[in-house]
Amino acid sequence: MQDLTYQLIFYFFAAITVISAVFVVFSKNIIYSAFSLLFTFFGVAALYVFLSADFVAVTQIVVYVGGILVLLLFGVMFTNKVTQVQLKTDVFNFIPGLLIMLATLGVILYTFLTKATWKLSDQHISESVVEEIGFEIMSTYVLPFEVIAFLLFAALIGAAYLATYDKKPTEK
Amino acid sequence: MQHLALAELNSWSNALADLGIVGLLIIPAIPLVFIAVYALYYGVYGERKVSAFMQDRLGPMEVGKWGLLQTIADILKLIHKEDIVPKAADKFLFVIGPAILFVGAFSAFAVLPYSSAFIGADLNVGLFYAISIVSLEVVGILAAGWGSNNKWSLYGAIRSVAQIVSYEIPAATALLCAAMMAGTLSMQGMILEQAGPKGFLDWFLFQSPIAWLAFIVYFISSLAEVNRAPFDIPEAESELVAGYFTEYGGMKFAIIFLAEYASMFMVSAIITVAFLGGWLSPLPNIGSLALNDWTNGPIWGVFWMLSKSLFFVFVQMWLRWTLPRLRVDQLMFLCWKVLIPFAFLAFTITAFWEIYVGRW
Repeated sequence: MQDLTYQLIFYFFAAITVISAVFVVFSKNIIYSAFSLLFTFFGVAALYVFLSADFVAVTQIVVYVGGILVLLLFGVMFTNKVTQVQLKTDVFNFIPGLLIMLATLGVILYTFLTKATWKLSDQHISESVVEEIGFEIMSTYVLPFEVIAFLLFAALIGAAYLATYDKKPTEK
Repeated sequence: MQHLALAELNSWSNALADLGIVGLLIIPAIPLVFIAVYALYYGVYGERKVSAFMQDRLGPMEVGKWGLLQTIADILKLIHKEDIVPKAADKFLFVIGPAILFVGAFSAFAVLPYSSAFIGADLNVGLFYAISIVSLEVVGILAAGWGSNNKWSLYGAIRSVAQIVSYEIPAATALLCAAMMAGTLSMQGMILEQAGPKGFLDWFLFQSPIAWLAFIVYFISSLAEVNRAPFDIPEAESELVAGYFTEYGGMKFAIIFLAEYASMFMVSAIITVAFLGGWLSPLPNIGSLALNDWTNGPIWGVFWMLSKSLFFVFVQMWLRWTLPRLRVDQLMFLCWKVLIPFAFLAFTITAFWEIYVGRW
């Protein structure tokens, strides 16, 4: 009973993720695509919860819904003409697209089936993983962490520079 | 007392969860009913009375004793109203906007502890979840503002989103100070860290010399996050008619307001949990007069939690009827050049304090 309920909820979220993702691709209205992305991100966050990765799930919501999706919507809304354009979803470049898709899929499946070492366990992770994540970031992965921090800092300065007013001397 | 609280921690919600599907439906129903009653009475009626008394008026007096039935009459009127969707509006986004908005406000209630014995879900990332789910409200506001197809609505929505997204940074940094002091992100865990015989002196607000700064930064940012005055430029009546909900009427309008009052309670509850001991009693044990032990327990917890949170909702109303509205550039100045530096200052000092001193 319990397992069946969990499976039903899992397939519910999986269906939401896939259907909304399909809608993102095939919708003719770019605003609907952007809003549909909301459900995709939430579905993915729910799937992370099923993997006992609470922290990753919440981070997914903060970064993708709170950051990227809002940025996308802002971009679309401030671009005046974009909503009047009917998006074409015709098939262009069929053969190269198919080749790239199959190659990517092949690489992923090959890695998935042969190279990856999955640590399987039938135990649910019940204790908090937040401390572990913090500890790992500050010890093993401190160099990548600092590099990313530096990159973001540079991006912040760049954004602030672009946003400043032009301080040209006004001609009288 | 510590052992007592641990023994009964989440006992009511666990008992309900053991009932199966019915219990699992009752758990979210309790905050939902609470939001409705609180928004109806404390929110609408209370706000009208508070504003009236501050302006030396009487407020609603006609319907029922002291106008107590006024909000019931209002809600009946709103239910009866025809459900109008403007012709030029984007039908789908117009309808789904208020729904996303309310879901965003209500989702945060899943991790709010109402008492030591009752919480929707005691997640180990509870605090992080509560501040992240607000981003759902942002999407709801954008859907409502864009879907209305009205320039005031769109301006209101854009202002609101810019404001919420910016103020999330000082708010989250200030809450990180409390999370560092607690060493956990779980809501119940944070409250248990503040338990002690000294009553209010054990709360995080009084446990570090800089916690008051984080507390003030979070309080100001939380006002901006729920679009309350003095940060109510998204709905600025004198400029934008009513902001992103200009086109809404009837029950959709009621739901938007329900979401706003729900968010007001939510940020007040978070501030209570993070800095003011949540459901813990403020009274200290004085010698043999064990006031703290007598006034702690699941039932007392409900009382303390609600009275502390509702007090902050009252402060939000008080500020709304006292302070003038900020301009857009002043709003951004306050966020980026005042609150964020102070939040980082509080963050750094709290980190050093926790390493070298800890609890006193």
